[in-house]
Amino acid sequence: MLNTSRPCQPQSGGFSFENSRRNAVLEGNLSELGYSSPKARKTGTTIAGIVFKDGVILGADTRATDDMVVADKNCMKIHYIAPNIYCCGAGVAADAEVTTQMMSSNVELHSLSTGRPPLVVTVTRQLKQMLFRYQGHIGSSLIVGGVDVTGAHLYSVYPHGSYDKLPFLTMGSGAGPAISIFEDRFRPNMELEDAKQLVRDAIVAGIFCDLGSGSNVDLCIITQAGVQYLRAYDQPAQKGKKEGQYKYKPGTTAVLTKTVTPLPLDIVDESVQLMDTQ
Amino acid sequence: MNTRGLRSQLKDSVPVTGLGTQIGAYGVQDTLRSGFSSVKNELLPSHALELSEKNFQLNQDKMNFSTLRNIQGLHAPLKLQMEYRAARQIQRLPFLQSSHLALDTLKGNDESISFEDILNDPAQSEMMGEPHIMVEYKLGLM
Repeated sequence: MLNTSRPCQPQSGGFSFENSRRNAVLEGNLSELGYSSPKARKTGTTIAGIVFKDGVILGADTRATDDMVVADKNCMKIHYIAPNIYCCGAGVAADAEVTTQMMSSNVELHSLSTGRPPLVVTVTRQLKQMLFRYQGHIGSSLIVGGVDVTGAHLYSVYPHGSYDKLPFLTMGSGAGPAISIFEDRFRPNMELEDAKQLVRDAIVAGIFCDLGSGSNVDLCIITQAGVQYLRAYDQPAQKGKKEGQYKYKPGTTAVLTKTVTPLPLDIVDESVQLMDTQ
Repeated sequence: MNTRGLRSQLKDSVPVTGLGTQIGAYGVQDTLRSGFSSVKNELLPSHALELSEKNFQLNQDKMNFSTLRNIQGLHAPLKLQMEYRAARQIQRLPFLQSSHLALDTLKGNDESISFEDILNDPAQSEMMGEPHIMVEYKLGLM
């Protein structure tokens, strides 16, 4: 755009802050009139991950909200980073998407440069350095999980750049209900089916107890052998079938009086158009 | 590697140029291009990240050089800075786009992708700098 604040120096790429002053003035004007400026679409999510016997399971719901309206009923919140590393994203949808795509490219370049398959710590470190650089203005909270040469790891990264390494994690607006399920039933070294059921239950708790989460449950199972991405593993919120007929028979309500009022209409204009029927 | 506190940026060694009034035609402030003028607008940055992003590369380099000096002695940053200076001198004229390939390879930027590469690509910008003014500024004649 009009980058005339430094006309003598060559332009550089990256974020441009030219319009931030104008935006601040506009927001001030709008709030005086009682309106609010449009907000970025958030995912209003429940995302969860656990470490089980053979690897890592990541789970997420599939609803994206635009303030109080559901913007997308079936979005994908589990993003690919490397063949053995996947990442769930919560917070502002665009930020999470772009951040994970950049991380995926960076990790690919890094592993080409080192000649080794990527480690989960590499992704976490690059993520937290980038998010800290932007001081939380990039609003994406992420759960990174994967299996590399050192084993199965699960990290969560917050928008301001802090991170946690734990055997089970939840993030997003539905994190509260989901973590309560984990705290109740998690045990170290669970079997695959038990672990899948536990993650599914945690996400379902988030779906039913949080307004910002909904629709289906997606699961991603990462082990040494490979990755299994189960899209729409469970659909807990489907509409049930109606049990009976709920329509009233005609004649149920008695008619007491009937009044007919004819509306007088005048013909104003009459035009005849011939159709070509050949 | 990361930002320092924003307070320290405001009175740091890198001068806050480029936030002054823009003198347009007839010696008056150019309202069309740079908006209304006020003292606060010129002194303070408009966004919390503006200053730290402007100085990010410089601060990174300073920190890396001082770490190198502490670990390997004075010759390491001196040698690197000499190579940076040499690579920086072989660019095209300032109003044209140079690839900065040698400089990027020296700094290690050719192996990572960040927002500088994705957003606001200078090669795609709609305005070109004024050639005469930019060359005079580069040669120090302005």
